[in-house]
Amino acid sequence: MRTIAAADVIEAVATMAMESNVELPADVWAKFRECAAREEAPAAREIFRQLLENADLAKETRLPLCQDTGLAVLFVEMGEDCRVEGGLRAAIDEGVRKGYKDGYLRKSACDPFTRKNTGDNTPAIIHIDLVPGDRLKIAFMAKGGGSENMSRVTFLSPAQGWPGIKDFVVRRVAEAGPNPCPPTVIGVGIGGNAELSAIIAKKALLRELDDVHPDPDIAAKERELLDAINELGIGPMGLGGKTTSLGVKIAVAPCHLASLPLAVNVQCHSSRHREVIL
Amino acid sequence: MSTTYKLTTPLADEDVAKLAIGDVVLLTGTIYTARDAAHKRLVESLDKGEPLPFDLKGALIYYVGPSPAPPGRPIGAAGPTTSYRMDSYAPRLHSLGLKATIGKGKRSDEVKAALKQYTAVYFGATGGAGALLSQRIKAARVIAYEDLGPEAIRELTVEDFPLLVINDAKGGELYVKPKLD
Repeated sequence: MRTIAAADVIEAVATMAMESNVELPADVWAKFRECAAREEAPAAREIFRQLLENADLAKETRLPLCQDTGLAVLFVEMGEDCRVEGGLRAAIDEGVRKGYKDGYLRKSACDPFTRKNTGDNTPAIIHIDLVPGDRLKIAFMAKGGGSENMSRVTFLSPAQGWPGIKDFVVRRVAEAGPNPCPPTVIGVGIGGNAELSAIIAKKALLRELDDVHPDPDIAAKERELLDAINELGIGPMGLGGKTTSLGVKIAVAPCHLASLPLAVNVQCHSSRHREVIL
Repeated sequence: MSTTYKLTTPLADEDVAKLAIGDVVLLTGTIYTARDAAHKRLVESLDKGEPLPFDLKGALIYYVGPSPAPPGRPIGAAGPTTSYRMDSYAPRLHSLGLKATIGKGKRSDEVKAALKQYTAVYFGATGGAGALLSQRIKAARVIAYEDLGPEAIRELTVEDFPLLVINDAKGGELYVKPKLD
């Protein structure tokens, strides 16, 4: 059994929290440039210009890209032959506490009834998978409230199939309109059950924007959804244009005979995330 | 064709009445931050007949909860939050003299009607451009509800703060209607 020092986890999480909030992921940066070049409408081009300038400024000044530095969402793959000294969850929360304090990041976690801020952006939302081996992989996502509010979980009838799924996802993006800071990234969880569909939809957002799903049928469905979403014409910040979403990522899990669970997780244009292997 | 205006706070009816959707405004002066929790308290104060922490006449409210100011800066990142959550409060504040709100995303029909009735306007600022917009904020101080942390009401001094007219006082809306079959 390998023991990982709590300090290593704390430092890794704190660093990911700070880095992801001030430095746009390289694939998003490249996608902004690619999409900006395709836009003809002046308003759409201007929004991309501002987002690129914002990314340059954030990197240079270490000011966050966005004031909503998110709830801290972590996806952990923990080797069954390792343990974290003092406990994994405690170390992750301490890392979040440190990163949000030292990085001058906004603390956005609050009680749902009293709305009182917890003060340090904990508890983090942590999803843990046990995997073979003795390594610890931690992915950090800063998830803003504006995009998360536009996310949905629903249950279709199995008879509705792919056409029903496509219709629901495209209508969800249409209804969200300018609210979630388009051009968005859309995570789609198909199958599982109520909670699993939601978790895999969000985890799918960790994939690189330009990666291609290993299953050619799913890869084709991702392209079909992205094309249909971009046909909506909502465009950057809802001002019209060819880019309503930067990417669509589908994750699939087996489900009950009676169900077709579907989750749509909407991510803002900056898609802030990082990962580390300890 | 859209026009660019330089405006100074407080805003008068004639400043607002001339604005049309798509116009750009570079705003200089004083604006007030307020989002979910602060709006709840503002309206509770009105219900009790208590004075508000700032004068609504000609005022602008910016829907923002900034990130903490790092050393040497007046404020952290400061881009807009999604506006619809303040829709239930906005008409009442417009009826008392509020001339504009700043945010991102769609407004309700009730808010759009209030903009017409009270000659007011809804501005968009670019969502997710918090570091960029922060550069146009020259000073910031908490004037009320300090216990709300990022949701406290702050008085911001802005210079050429870039705004886009999303909903004007004539009933116009800039946002594109999605093309659904």
